[in-house]
Amino acid sequence: RVPDPTAVQTKGKPRLLLMGQRRSGKSSISSVVFHKLPPSESLFLESTARIQKDSLSSFMEFDVWDFPGQIDIFDNPNVTFDMDAIFGEIGALIWVIDAQDDYLESVARLNSTIFHLHRSYPHINIEVFIHKVDGLSDDYRLDIQRDITIGIQDELSDQGVENAPVNFHLTSIYNHSIFEAFSKVIQKLIPRLGQLEAMLTNLCRTCRFEKAYLFDVNTKIYIATDSTPEDMASYEICSDFVDVIIDFTEVYGSWPRSGQWRERLEGEPWCQPLEDQVACEWAESGMVLADAQRPIMLRQVDGFLALVAIMKEGSYDKIPQINMNVDVVVKGLTEFFEITKPKETVVTAAPGMVSPGLVQG
Amino acid sequence: QLKKVKKQKVLLMGKSGSGKSSMRSIIFSNYLARDTRRLGATIDIDLSHVKFLGNLTLNLWDCGGQEAFMENYLSQQRAHVFSNVGVLIYVFDIESRDVDRDLATYVNVVSALVQYSRDARVFVLIHKMDLIQPSLREDVFDQRAALVRRKTAEAEAVMRKHQQQQLLLQQQQQQQQQQQQHQHPHPAGRPSPSPTPEPSIHLQLFATSIWDQSLYKAWASIIHDLVPNLSVIETQLASLGVAIDADEILLFERTSFLVVSRWTSREGDRNPYGDRFERMSNILKSWKHTCSKYTGTPRNAEQFSDFEYKMGAIFSMFATKFTTNTYILVCMPPGEARFNSAKLNVAAARSWFKFLDGPVVQAQPS
Ligand SMILES: Nc1nc2c(ncn2[C@@H]2O[C@H](COP(=O)(O)OP(=O)(O)OP(=O)(O)O)[C@@H](O)[C@H]2O)c(=O)[nH]1
Ligand SMILES: Nc1nc2c(ncn2[C@@H]2O[C@H](COP(=O)(O)OP(=O)(O)O)[C@@H](O)[C@H]2O)c(=O)[nH]1
Ligand SMILES: [Mg+2]
Repeated sequence: RVPDPTAVQTKGKPRLLLMGQRRSGKSSISSVVFHKLPPSESLFLESTARIQKDSLSSFMEFDVWDFPGQIDIFDNPNVTFDMDAIFGEIGALIWVIDAQDDYLESVARLNSTIFHLHRSYPHINIEVFIHKVDGLSDDYRLDIQRDITIGIQDELSDQGVENAPVNFHLTSIYNHSIFEAFSKVIQKLIPRLGQLEAMLTNLCRTCRFEKAYLFDVNTKIYIATDSTPEDMASYEICSDFVDVIIDFTEVYGSWPRSGQWRERLEGEPWCQPLEDQVACEWAESGMVLADAQRPIMLRQVDGFLALVAIMKEGSYDKIPQINMNVDVVVKGLTEFFEITKPKETVVTAAPGMVSPGLVQG
Repeated sequence: QLKKVKKQKVLLMGKSGSGKSSMRSIIFSNYLARDTRRLGATIDIDLSHVKFLGNLTLNLWDCGGQEAFMENYLSQQRAHVFSNVGVLIYVFDIESRDVDRDLATYVNVVSALVQYSRDARVFVLIHKMDLIQPSLREDVFDQRAALVRRKTAEAEAVMRKHQQQQLLLQQQQQQQQQQQQHQHPHPAGRPSPSPTPEPSIHLQLFATSIWDQSLYKAWASIIHDLVPNLSVIETQLASLGVAIDADEILLFERTSFLVVSRWTSREGDRNPYGDRFERMSNILKSWKHTCSKYTGTPRNAEQFSDFEYKMGAIFSMFATKFTTNTYILVCMPPGEARFNSAKLNVAAARSWFKFLDGPVVQAQPS
């Protein structure tokens, strides 16, 4: 599973660096988010000995590098690391702290890392994942977060480092929080994010949607939402809806049908290719909850992205009109990503990396 | 001719902490897997009546597995516990340290079952498989399954021999009595009737974990044989499938989301995902949880009424509330017109399946 380092073409790709102490959960995080590992199976992951480099091609291309906890890249007697090769690209440094363990040493190492980076690579976002917070009480989580935040800020100002871009997230691989956190991290790397958000805000207004998300289907990261306030509950149900659709697609949509099957369906009385018998070439889905309020809809935008929205009460009757509006936005989104996508890069995924989007390509 | 309400006694046994109450809570009470950590040890027998569809009641005997209780079931309560059993579900914890002892208890339970409920079916669940490394699971299960099979056969053989001896003893006593009464009962050389060979136990083994769909596979098999009028359901489902040109139809019980029955077209049979039925149960059940959390409605309540999914020119599907006690999932070829007419036809077919909803009233004279 170790990709050939020489094959990694990094030019212009954002890079996410996962760092932190041994056993803090870095490999679990990247396996769960980017390789769909069931969280419970993270128990069987082996300790990482070398830097693991993953290239991901999704709606955009980026690299994820998983650093073994025991390697200190700034103070290593054996190897001198090429700092430019590691930190040279725009991206984020994700520092994982095990909240169920003693975190003093990890905070100290993070401080020294920030200090080293601050001078040469001030553009790198530093995202602190206070991790494994499942099993901790809400109060305790907030206490830890406060403790860690203060520990970092005090130390940095003592060292004379001002406004380093450090952000904090409470995460666990056993719930949506890890995907939420990654969403926030990735959104900072998207060029012209504001334009995307404006499109979604517009859609919500014209269709009277409560909330709309643009999801990266493979990772369940949302790359944009409308301008209404953050709402974890909405994100969770939309993200789970994407899960349901992915599962159904895998089971019923990922194997080829026979020639006779197609022949029969395109013959009498239809006399049309299947492609012409459908209204939409991509996935579209709707779910009515039993209380008949707030139906949920999904529309695939391209091979990677899907629009998921929560409607308002009673809006299910206006579906045809809504569909027209959604069509327009989907078209807009497609154009948006055609422009931003780097044309020259050849899409080559690391082995076992990208599972199919909603459609088998 | 439709059958009336059927009651089934189901014993749930196995060592304490093996996961019996956890499974039952997930399948029938919509617990989340992680909620089961809060369950306390079951004291003595926890009896519950689960209504399944309109005409099947499961009397579920969740038997607390602590040693003192087990001894009690096997001695004082023996006849009470082991009589009239339809199904025994025996749970082994794969992580258990003392396999020999677990097997010895199992052998005692099987013996008691053979003694009192000769025709009961036995389902052995090798449980907590999630704790075994994925690559080793199959081997670990196969080994354990072979062991359990052997033990079951041994227990049965011992028990049968014991019963035969008793039978022989009775016959001898009878013969002696007869001989005393009439001097020549049988013409010489006539063989005495040999006892007919007993059918061996109906035993099925499953590898299970509450953390994945394997649980649904095991429980759907357990339920499958108990559902009354199964052949009628199957026939109706097949007619519906052909009528609407579907590739697959699944019928779920509405609370447990276990697959009650299913039909697959010839094309649908080419689907390489052999585990898809339990997978669908698992997906829809966890979707129910999501909805319940979002809407704030109780987790046993109905959570969704209608679902549609059209996957371009590849396939279409819908899932909808069907009869009072069931949901139906239809997977079919793509096409708007085909989809719309299938939905109408499924709605119209509800009346064919009315019998799923209630105890069948006496057939009316026609
Ligand atoms: N890892 C894992 N744990 C499980 C599984 N099933 C149950 N457990 C855990 O095992 C513990 C004991 O489960 P119970 O269901 O109470 O056990 P029981 O068999 O009813 O025990 P008694 O009532 O004492 O006979 C709980 O903490 C469950 O969460 C499983 O498949 N995998
Ligand atoms: N409770 C809990 N355990 C976690 C979580 N994430 C990872 N772990 C566990 O932490 C251990 C170490 O994880 P690993 O990814 O190998 O750490 P690494 O050395 O930083 O790559 C594993 O046993 C994981 O199952 C989490 O969110 N919650
Ligand atoms: Mg119990």
